[in-house]
Order: sequence, then C-alpha cells, then structure tokens
Amino acid sequence: MTALKKFISGDDAVAEAVRLVSPDVIAAYPITPQTVVVERLSEMVEDGSLKSEFMHVESEHSALSACIGASAIGARTFTATSSQGLLYMAECLPYASGGRFPIVMMNGNRSVALPWSIYGDHRDSLSQLDSGWIQIYVEDAQESLDMTIQSFAIAEHQDILTPVMINLDGFLLTHTYELVTIPEKDIVDSWLKPLENKLAMDFDNPKNMAFSSQPSDNTEFKYQQHIAVENSREKIIEIEKSFAKVFGRSYGGLAEGYLYEDADFIIITLGSVTGTCRSVIRDLRSEGVKAGLIKIRFMRPFPVKEIIEYTKNAKAIAVLDRDISFGYEGAVFTNVNSALSRNNNISLKMNYIAGLGGRDISKDSIREIFKELKEGLIKKPSKTVKFLNLNVETDDNINEEKDNIPQHKSEGVLLWS
Amino acid sequence: MKEIRWHGRGGQGAFTASKLFGEALALYGGVHALAFPSFGPERRGAPVLAFTKIDDHKIDDRSDIKLCDYIVILDDTLYNESFLNDLKEGGKIIINTNTSHENKNESIIKIDATGIANSVLGKPIANTAMTAVLASVSGFANPEILYKSLSHYFKGELLQKNMEVINKAFEISRNIIQQ
Repeated sequence: MTALKKFISGDDAVAEAVRLVSPDVIAAYPITPQTVVVERLSEMVEDGSLKSEFMHVESEHSALSACIGASAIGARTFTATSSQGLLYMAECLPYASGGRFPIVMMNGNRSVALPWSIYGDHRDSLSQLDSGWIQIYVEDAQESLDMTIQSFAIAEHQDILTPVMINLDGFLLTHTYELVTIPEKDIVDSWLKPLENKLAMDFDNPKNMAFSSQPSDNTEFKYQQHIAVENSREKIIEIEKSFAKVFGRSYGGLAEGYLYEDADFIIITLGSVTGTCRSVIRDLRSEGVKAGLIKIRFMRPFPVKEIIEYTKNAKAIAVLDRDISFGYEGAVFTNVNSALSRNNNISLKMNYIAGLGGRDISKDSIREIFKELKEGLIKKPSKTVKFLNLNVETDDNINEEKDNIPQHKSEGVLLWS
Repeated sequence: MKEIRWHGRGGQGAFTASKLFGEALALYGGVHALAFPSFGPERRGAPVLAFTKIDDHKIDDRSDIKLCDYIVILDDTLYNESFLNDLKEGGKIIINTNTSHENKNESIIKIDATGIANSVLGKPIANTAMTAVLASVSGFANPEILYKSLSHYFKGELLQKNMEVINKAFEISRNIIQQ
C-alpha cells in the first residue's frame, strides 16, 4: 500500500476526499473561498475520475434543496459553500437536519456582510450553530481531507442521521498549499460502507417529505434530534479510532488537549489559529511558562466533558473567538463558559475577539493574551471580552491603565524573564 | 523557519513559483513547507504577493510573515527601498532586472531572469528562472528536486526547456555568488 503525497491546498484536499468517497450527487454553487472545491469536483466528473452526478444549480438555496431531495431517496450527497452562500441556504439547513438527511457540506469560513468581505472568520458558521447540523472545525489540509471522509461516516451512522458541516478557515486553510497524504480509493471504499439509509424512500416505500407537525408531536421530533446529536459523541470517537486503525491518523476526538495537564494558563481555539497558538505555547514552555491549549474540533455536539477535564488544573483560561455576538460575547466563549459552570476552580476566564474579516493573529498577540492571563490573576481585568489589537481608541482603552492595553508589538518581545 | 516573500504582477507566476519551490522541498527535499498567495482577489497586471515558509518540522504557525530570509522580485518596477527593512539579519533581496547599475547594497542580488527565459523559452516568463536563482542563492534546493517538481506542471518539450532554464539560472547565480 503506497499512499500518494501531494502538495495541495485545503480546498484541493476536500475535493480529493470527496473523490475518494464518491457521493452519488453533488450540488454546489461557487463562492470565494470555496470555489476551488467546486471547480475540482466538476473537473473530476468531467474527466471521469469521479462518478458522481454533478447538479449545476443557480444558488446555494437550490444546492442544499437538491441535496435534500437526493438524500431523501437514499443518495449520498455533498455540497460546499461559504459565508453569504451559507446564509442564503440557511432556510434549508433545519430542513436537512429536521428531515434527518445525512448530507455532508464543506464551509469555507468567511466573514459576513456588511461590510462586504471575502476574508475569513467564523461568523458565518457560528451563526448557524442552532441549525441542527454537526459542526467540525479543522486545523490543516490533512485534517480537512481526513475529516471530510469521516464526516460521511458520522452523518450516515444510522443512530445519528444528521447532516455534517466541515469548516475550513477561508484562505488560511482553503488557499494554503501543504503536503497531504491521499489514501487509496480501495481502502477508503472498504472503510466507508455504502450508505444504506433505513429512512430512504422509494416507489415501494413512498414517504412524505417536508412533513408538518402539530403542537402535540413537534417536541418529540426535536427531542429525538437532540438525543441523536447528544449521543453522537461516543460514535464520533469510535469512528475516529476505526479511521486511525486503517489510515494511521487521529486528532483527539471532540476536542484535543495540548500540553494541558500541568498548564496554569490555557487558550481555547477553533480552526487554523490553533497551529499558531501551538507554536507560541512551545516557545513559552521553553521559557518556563506553563501554557497549554484546547482545540475544539466539534462545536456540535459540544465537547463538555473534554473541556472540563482538560482545564481541571488551569488557573486562567482565554477563549479566542473569530466572531462576536453583538451585545454579549463570542459564541465559543458562551459555550465554553456554560461547560465550565461545572468547574469553579478557574479564577479567570477571558474572551478575546480576534481575526475578524481576515485580520492576522500574530504570535506576539497570542503571547500578549498569556501575559494578560498571568497579570489578570493578580489584578482582575475590568472587562471579560476584549478585542485583540483594536486600532481605534475606545472608552475602554482610555479608562484602563496603559500597561493592560494590547498593542502592536515588535518581534520577539521576551515577556517572561 | 525560513520565510520567503515573492513579488510579481498578476500573470507573471509569482504564486506558481512560491508553490513550485515549496512543493519541490516538501515532496523531495525532506523538509516541510507551506505556500500561499496574498489572500484576496486576483487581477492580471496588479502587484501580487506570495509566500513560502520552510522548516525542518511541521509548520503550524499560520500567521503572516513579517521578516523575510529572502524577498524575490519578479518585476523590478515593484522594488521599493523599504523592503530592506523587511529582511531578517543576513536576509537577501533577489531582483529580476536587466539594469546594469552598480550594485551597492550587499543584501541585494540582481539577475536578468527574463533574459534567461527569453533566450531558452523565447518568452519573458521569469518565474522558473527566479525559483532556480533562489534555490541556488539560498542553497535550499538542488536542480534535481526542482526538475521533479516541474514535471507536475510541464510535460515534453516544455519540461525540457524549463529544465534548461533552471540549469542556466543555477550557472549564472553561482557566478554572481562567487563575485
């Protein structure tokens, strides 16, 4: 067995994974930064290396609607979108999850208008956290490929039957080229069983789709959906273990803890900024700072148990959110805080809003976060939610002591002497 | 980590060069590499940036490159003196130019890559040549691994000619380094 290695982008890696999985139906509409996925898949169908029905649609709303229709008769389906495209198909998202259609979707994370921006953040997918979809966030192109394959196993598991959205940071993952191992199709075929959906309809078993419900039974539908996603946790871990056995790669289940065991200070991340944080944490460790990391891989189902376990020795935590729920805080922070309401040992919980609309999150600014956590244990900051590297003067900036304001710093400031 | 910034104009192949270089090193050079364009819309003729990061370990730092080991400029009209401030200590700027001004700054290497491309390919496409110049000046890659990477982009006569470009660029840059 010789797995092929290629130097490709995150978008390419997703397309390669979809080729290996060979869905029956692909329906997608191009949008930056997902476009390459759609281009590659249509090229593969054209040259015969992918035997899928590629449905050309006029919008994202139609793309997901087409997938819902195909999925209803038991077809394996894939779509991909981003940002405004995801919002345009938003009406169909709960149709897909409520109908228990095991559709897999790639989302290239991108900011939402206004202001119009093609650059990355998590405000698109996090706005759809309650749509009933399982949400995965990845860190590099290899994980993009591996998790696209696993997404089908998760969505199509007969006890789960819930659509899966796999999120890649726009540009930072979708357009960055790196070495990716591409498994052989035979091996993927034998690992991922063909979809045999017990709920599928055909001429012998006609069913009603887009059904309605009465107040007397709606709650029961929603309860079953909730239980399916709640109980998907163990299955997601089992699927990853079985994938690791065959393909030799695993990523830590619902959330990965990195150098967390003895960590005083822990940063909690989603997506590609995780890598940059790892790199800072290694530097800090060599300087004697007990820094650690939790990478949230699944926002739904949420890794409650893992977050409590990995933070059990932490004194202070920071959640890095590439989104903001205006008038409150970042959505990831809200979720983490809810999980941590069961752990009262942490003295300081901070929320940093960063990387909006594609802004760089530098190593220096991550060091600043750890520095603020350390200082915050002595003197509690006046605010929990802070915007990283804010370029405007605010009342907040003015009222605080100057030392506490995160600033653009030159390279390699030694903070821990 | 070694960090490289590429300057070109849309259509000159700066991003392809950054990718070709990263690909050669990652697939055949036994190191890790990331290659990425300056993110955003692509327009022919407009100034574009591309980046390559190279390291012995898996590269997980995805933040912007601030200081560079090498800045490679495919079009000399894009050069700006301020680029000198973007270099790490010992870093170099490699400019594709046919101007014969005396080179006063030892951080700057000038080479007529378009001349090489014109003489071999008959076309002013300088990106392959500049990739080879960078490989030679930095010592990161030998011609063989560049050939292998090139074979993913070109076949037949075009591949042969581009390999010739690489040989010529290596030869000329060796002479420049010796001077």
